[in-house]
Amino acid sequence: MLEFFASNYALNLLILICIYVILSVSLNLIIGYSGMLNLGHAAFFGIGAYASALLALAGYPYWICFIAAVFFAGLGGAMIAYPSLKLRGDYLAIATLGFGEIARAVMKNWVSLTRGPLGLPGIPKISFFGLTLTTKFQFFIFALIIAILVVLFVSKIVKSPFGRVLRAIREDEIAAQAIGKNIKKYKVIVVITGAACAGIAGSLFAHHITFIDPTTFTLMETILIVCMVVLGGVASIRGSVIGATILVLLPEPLRFLGLPTSMAAALRVMIYAALLILLMIYKPNGIFGEWRFRHAKSKEAL
Amino acid sequence: MGIAAQLIINGIIAGGIYALVALGYTMVYGILRFINFAHGEVFMLGAYLGWVFNILLGVNVIVAGVLAMLGCAVAGFVIDKIAYKPLRGRGMLPPLITAIGISLFLQALAILIFGAQIRTFRTGEVVRGITIPFIDAIITKIQIVIIIVSVALMVALHFYIKYTKTGKAMRAVADNYEVASIVGINPNKVISYVFIIGSALAAAGGILVGMEQNLTPTMGVSIGIKSFTAAVVGGIGNIYGAVLGGFMIGLIENIGIWFIPSGYKDAIAFAVLLFFLLFKPTGIFGVKKGEEVSV
Repeated sequence: MLEFFASNYALNLLILICIYVILSVSLNLIIGYSGMLNLGHAAFFGIGAYASALLALAGYPYWICFIAAVFFAGLGGAMIAYPSLKLRGDYLAIATLGFGEIARAVMKNWVSLTRGPLGLPGIPKISFFGLTLTTKFQFFIFALIIAILVVLFVSKIVKSPFGRVLRAIREDEIAAQAIGKNIKKYKVIVVITGAACAGIAGSLFAHHITFIDPTTFTLMETILIVCMVVLGGVASIRGSVIGATILVLLPEPLRFLGLPTSMAAALRVMIYAALLILLMIYKPNGIFGEWRFRHAKSKEAL
Repeated sequence: MGIAAQLIINGIIAGGIYALVALGYTMVYGILRFINFAHGEVFMLGAYLGWVFNILLGVNVIVAGVLAMLGCAVAGFVIDKIAYKPLRGRGMLPPLITAIGISLFLQALAILIFGAQIRTFRTGEVVRGITIPFIDAIITKIQIVIIIVSVALMVALHFYIKYTKTGKAMRAVADNYEVASIVGINPNKVISYVFIIGSALAAAGGILVGMEQNLTPTMGVSIGIKSFTAAVVGGIGNIYGAVLGGFMIGLIENIGIWFIPSGYKDAIAFAVLLFFLLFKPTGIFGVKKGEEVSV
């Protein structure tokens, strides 16, 4: 048993779980606690990955790469903050989706910076204060610590008075405004925070895989993270952690069926898609969800 | 003159397809206030069904097209009954997420059935363009068919919506759901018809594109987004707006690659979409319903 957990295969999975926990928890902050369906999360993930990888390849120490990942992903978040103030519901979803696709078009076409579809290979190992993470196990410990810090940070936010205002905005924007809350400020802060956290995951991902290209940061990736959030339960931090763990592990048995790569990938997508549909119909609040995804102004919807 | 005319012709051809697909988005949105994300995949399904009937079973291409449209009409009907109907009245986001699920499911299904390799209608004959006199632009026979069929279908839809009983019921339900139900219109039946007609139109678009380009399981994604953009630009919920928006997006995108690198072609539609969502979310013909924009 211990041997299994020390194997590279298991460590890779554990590291991926840490990365996806960060992604799903940060997306849940935006979707679950603030009620904004963000379909551009993979873009922040990608921006963080590219920022971190490019600086690392230019020879900067890891802590600078890390800060840059957070900063640039947060900057990306600031770019969708304005639409999030003006739009709601499915219109916001489609606008963030558009943002994500534009971000990916830039990754693919800004060849002089990102090498376009060729991707960035040979991203160096993480090292800070003279310590280099050479083995997978060391990397896992690092990723685990970061993931725990992000989870603690987000749960701190949602339990604070700030988080209560977020929920108030989610349930009824006008009522929240009426009691004197500046809803714009709250929305902007929450979108930027969520995006910055996704940037952290991007940095970890880039240095873990050591190769990134635009095909990783597609809409499919966002949907996968949305799946994790919905499965675990909207507006539940615990749920997002469990959701991410389940969905990273779920398709693994498919590996042992020995299908060709494209078939296995399609089968994986099919499982996620079917799960998403069934969850929405039969258990829309997920495993631990407190909120039923009911929109404050759903009376008009049929 | 040559290049400009060519880009405009290309824009009109692409626009006809976008308009056909946009009609499905806009009709569903007009009644259900819901973005049917899976609509682009119905387009893809139409192209593949056409391929199955035409190439695999050897049916005449026109008959194959009609059969594919019927097949997609059934698919649209079933998708609505299975995935969307149970979610009505549960707000805005659950149906949207379900639609995304359906869309991915259909894509994965297409990969599993047809494989990731490229399929094509073409049988090896060289497609030769015809030079249009005076404006020095080239157009192929298939492209002429695309323009004629798409415009004919739009005109047919216009008469259907305007003069038939079901068409009138559709407009009534889109205008006011409750009042329409009170006067004895069955909204569920109307919704089914909307999905059936919208899906058949998308299938027609799929076959037309399939005759010119290759078929891939993900071919519906970008067409779906662009057609949705077209529906938003024209004013979502308005079928004439969808047609106008379709041609506008086709032209903007094709003329746009004159000015910016062609790698960004797909991003142009998204930029237009963001622009309209932020500054004119009701589109050109749309009526403000107060749902999409916050106070």
